[in-house]
Amino acid sequence: MSKYLLKRLFMSLVTIWAVITITFALMHSVPGDPFRSESKMPPAVYENLLSQYGLDKPVPQQYVIYLGNLLQGDLGASMKSRVETVNDMVERGFPVSAQLGAQALLIAIVFGPALGSLAALYQNKFPDYLSMVIAIIGISVPSFIMGTVLIQFVARNVAYFPIGGWGTWQHTLLPSFALALMPLATMARLMRSSMLEVLNQDYIKTAKSKGIRKSAVILKHAVRNAILPVISILGTTISNLLVGSFVIEKIFGIPGLGRFFVQSISNRDYTLIMGTTIFYAIILVAMLFIVDIAYMLIDPRIKLAKEGR
Amino acid sequence: MEKILEVKDLAVSFKTFFGEVEAVRGISFEVGKKETVAIVGESGCGKSVTANSIMQLLPMPPAFFKNGEILFNGENLLSKSEKEMQNIRGNHIAMIFQDPMTSLNPTMKVGKQIVEGLIKHHGLKHHDAKKKAIEMLDLVAVPQPEKRIEQYPHEFSGGMRQRVMIALAMISDPQLLIADEPTTALDVTVQAQILDLMKSLQERLDMSIILITHDLGVVADTSDKVVVMYAGQIVEQGLTDEIFKETAHPYTQKLLASVPRLDMNRDEALLSIEGTPPDLYIPPKGCAFYDRCDKAMKICKDNMPGFTEHSATHASRCWLNHPMAKTNEGSGI
Amino acid sequence: MKADLDFRPEMFEVADKTDLNVDKIRRPSIKFWPDVWRRLKMNKLAMLGLTLIIAMIVMAFIGVKLSGYTYFEQNLKLRNTHPNMEFWFGTDELGRDMFTRVWYGARYSLAIGVIAAFIDFVIGITYGGIAGISSRRVDAIMMRVAEVIYSIPYLLIVILLSVVLTQEGGGSSMFVLILAMSLTGWVPMAILVRGQVLQLKESEYSLASESLGATKSWILKKHIFPNTLGPILVNVTLTIPRAIFAEATLGFLGLGLQAPMSSLGTLANDGLAGLAVGNAYQIIIPAIFISLIMFSFNVLGDGLRDALDPRLRK
Ligand SMILES: Nc1ncnc2c1ncn2[C@@H]1O[C@H](COP(=O)(O)OP(=O)(O)O)[C@@H](O)[C@H]1O
Ligand SMILES: [Mg+2]
Repeated sequence: MSKYLLKRLFMSLVTIWAVITITFALMHSVPGDPFRSESKMPPAVYENLLSQYGLDKPVPQQYVIYLGNLLQGDLGASMKSRVETVNDMVERGFPVSAQLGAQALLIAIVFGPALGSLAALYQNKFPDYLSMVIAIIGISVPSFIMGTVLIQFVARNVAYFPIGGWGTWQHTLLPSFALALMPLATMARLMRSSMLEVLNQDYIKTAKSKGIRKSAVILKHAVRNAILPVISILGTTISNLLVGSFVIEKIFGIPGLGRFFVQSISNRDYTLIMGTTIFYAIILVAMLFIVDIAYMLIDPRIKLAKEGR
Repeated sequence: MEKILEVKDLAVSFKTFFGEVEAVRGISFEVGKKETVAIVGESGCGKSVTANSIMQLLPMPPAFFKNGEILFNGENLLSKSEKEMQNIRGNHIAMIFQDPMTSLNPTMKVGKQIVEGLIKHHGLKHHDAKKKAIEMLDLVAVPQPEKRIEQYPHEFSGGMRQRVMIALAMISDPQLLIADEPTTALDVTVQAQILDLMKSLQERLDMSIILITHDLGVVADTSDKVVVMYAGQIVEQGLTDEIFKETAHPYTQKLLASVPRLDMNRDEALLSIEGTPPDLYIPPKGCAFYDRCDKAMKICKDNMPGFTEHSATHASRCWLNHPMAKTNEGSGI
Repeated sequence: MKADLDFRPEMFEVADKTDLNVDKIRRPSIKFWPDVWRRLKMNKLAMLGLTLIIAMIVMAFIGVKLSGYTYFEQNLKLRNTHPNMEFWFGTDELGRDMFTRVWYGARYSLAIGVIAAFIDFVIGITYGGIAGISSRRVDAIMMRVAEVIYSIPYLLIVILLSVVLTQEGGGSSMFVLILAMSLTGWVPMAILVRGQVLQLKESEYSLASESLGATKSWILKKHIFPNTLGPILVNVTLTIPRAIFAEATLGFLGLGLQAPMSSLGTLANDGLAGLAVGNAYQIIIPAIFISLIMFSFNVLGDGLRDALDPRLRK
């Protein structure tokens, strides 16, 4: 087991390194440099800026320096905002984004599999149709549309919900819901089909043949096995939530990291884009790692299969 | 002999896209106390549907009961509610299945799976349940039971898993054990061990067994009575001796001729009867075995033969039993 | 025995079985693809999706010509005209006809979805196929690489690439968007294809060992081919909405197609400004079409998967 964990950890580090390298290469392949556009700058100031950001050195050297800084937890400076570093922005924006993302994930994890299970247990009956309608809406309506609709039709009419911004519990509800809907729908659909499959398995028949209650058969035997595929897509789900948060933070005017990221894109703030991307990648890869461990804890077969090799 | 189970005129069908599939078409048989009754027949003949009907584990829909009753200790199981059935399943009637690789829950510890039913039926405490689980594994000769109850099914071999299934089935001393092809998925050597185990448990616990198999070789020294099924019907039934020595139905004869010897593998043996059973979607009007029967007569094609009793315990469903057929016997081959 | 039967000796003569197979009633035997199609047709939702897709493709071609306005023609006097008889979907803040722009946008969204899915398909088949037929070691390495690529967050890379490859202030070209999306999008297909190839290899070995000769090609045609093609088809159908969604999201973040070109995503982004000033139709109309496209492809893909599921085939 520890061998498998080590291997997984190694793969995660490789992934992070790949993202850093790709990001660095991409950002340095942009023609010209970030200060060119702010023309009419006295040459002396320009030279000064270049050396201040280390841009006068050869690219390989810059890469090594950048990696070194990253290892010390320094994500770099912002080129446009000369007072705040990337670390400052992450510190300011990430807690907000993390709360939004965690709430959305919680909503999706609680309601998605529940809806999917209900649908499977009442296949072709009303609960099935109801949850599949919800699921179809969830996958068909992108979060930026859902967010807009919620602002237009809910927030504008119900005083309880603020139209945008961040601060109180009420502020978090609509954006979390808008963000949660698509993963919720995906999980519901996946859970439905995996539940239908599990309910046909022999061990469900064995469980029934013991004479235990139907609810026990479903909860202890069916759900626990049917939820495995749902857990295995958690990584992708978190990744989608992250990108979804860019959109949701933009619509609801939430001061999260996603909003800084989107702004840095329109500002062409390359160091900020690079730093934020790398931060995101590290968070995501860490999440994937955690999801993997969770999967291993729930499915006892994984340990042996991976260890045996 | 005291009867524990009586199946009377049972007919079960499945609603499918193409129409009704008549999986079981009016079968009747009895199981006495401490008796072992074997149900034999090729695959697709309705053996599992019969077994699952007794336990009421058929998916409904598509399955539905068309006719008949199943009397367990004189009470009709078909008119019991789901709640009442739960009290019977695992408690008075237990079942083990064909494929031990898939019949245990892969994400639950073996010990817990064994005692789960017992906790429900007898309200056992956790500590006692664990002791009982160890005891049961010991009973079915699983080595190191203290260690084994904490393991998951994938850590067991096929034979060991089937032992676990048996332990699980035996847990509340059932009066009737239904074993649906318990050895089909196992190696020949393991097969014999499992059958021996079932036999010795039967003696110890005074239970009846319905042993379903498509292998008559398994039947000879394990069962008291044999029921031969073909295309959803019983074509012959009798005491094991009668079936082996006074074989009446051509299908039974073919099954006997195909009993596997040690030098063949099991699939090979099955292939040795030419052809396949008829599709039970619109079953044949006459004798279902007509197509494959070497002794078929003109009458067989469109007329369903009734049962002829050869003795108080032995009956078969074949036109060859008719007095007018006697003259032809032997000439048809 | 039946009492009403009148027994005659000739009834007990040996049966003549020469006509055996002639009048036997069998369950209608059904070919694979017609059967899939039959079951797909029974799925009303999937058929609705298919109908909508066909209708939208047709409209993407002829819809842009119906109103008589072009997608770029500005008429500042007619800015923000709400939908009416002249402008069926209204006009945008520059007075451009929304009806034409929506169908024009749908054309680009659909094209991006289909082309991206096609590229994923080609790369996925090639990569997965090579991994599948290679030695175990090469296969393992190729799969590790694919895994790493796949765990790089997809849209993040798309965003980065479109930042790099486009001019400041402008949107992206279709080429850039598709390139960016294909960079990581091919991995699921590759994994799927590799699995199928491995299965195929296995069954070929077992077939060869049984030396069944003529039936080999039959089995290949009857079982392996449909079983391989089915999941791939489903995957392609579900890749299309994913790409369209990605493009729409990018468009909404201001990284979509360069103006005056438009996709449904950029139209929605433009419409967001209209929302605050009472011109909600400017975002609602493109939103409806994005949702319709996502809906149609998803239900069609689901329907296909169900129709192809061998366990449901009876
Ligand atoms: N769920 C089902 N739907 C439709 N037909 C079924 C179903 N289960 C069993 N059958 C039909 O019932 C018949 C008997 O099956 P079964 O009892 O499993 O045979 P076996 O004797 O091999 O145990 C088969 O012809 C099969 O087609
Ligand atoms: Mg069976």
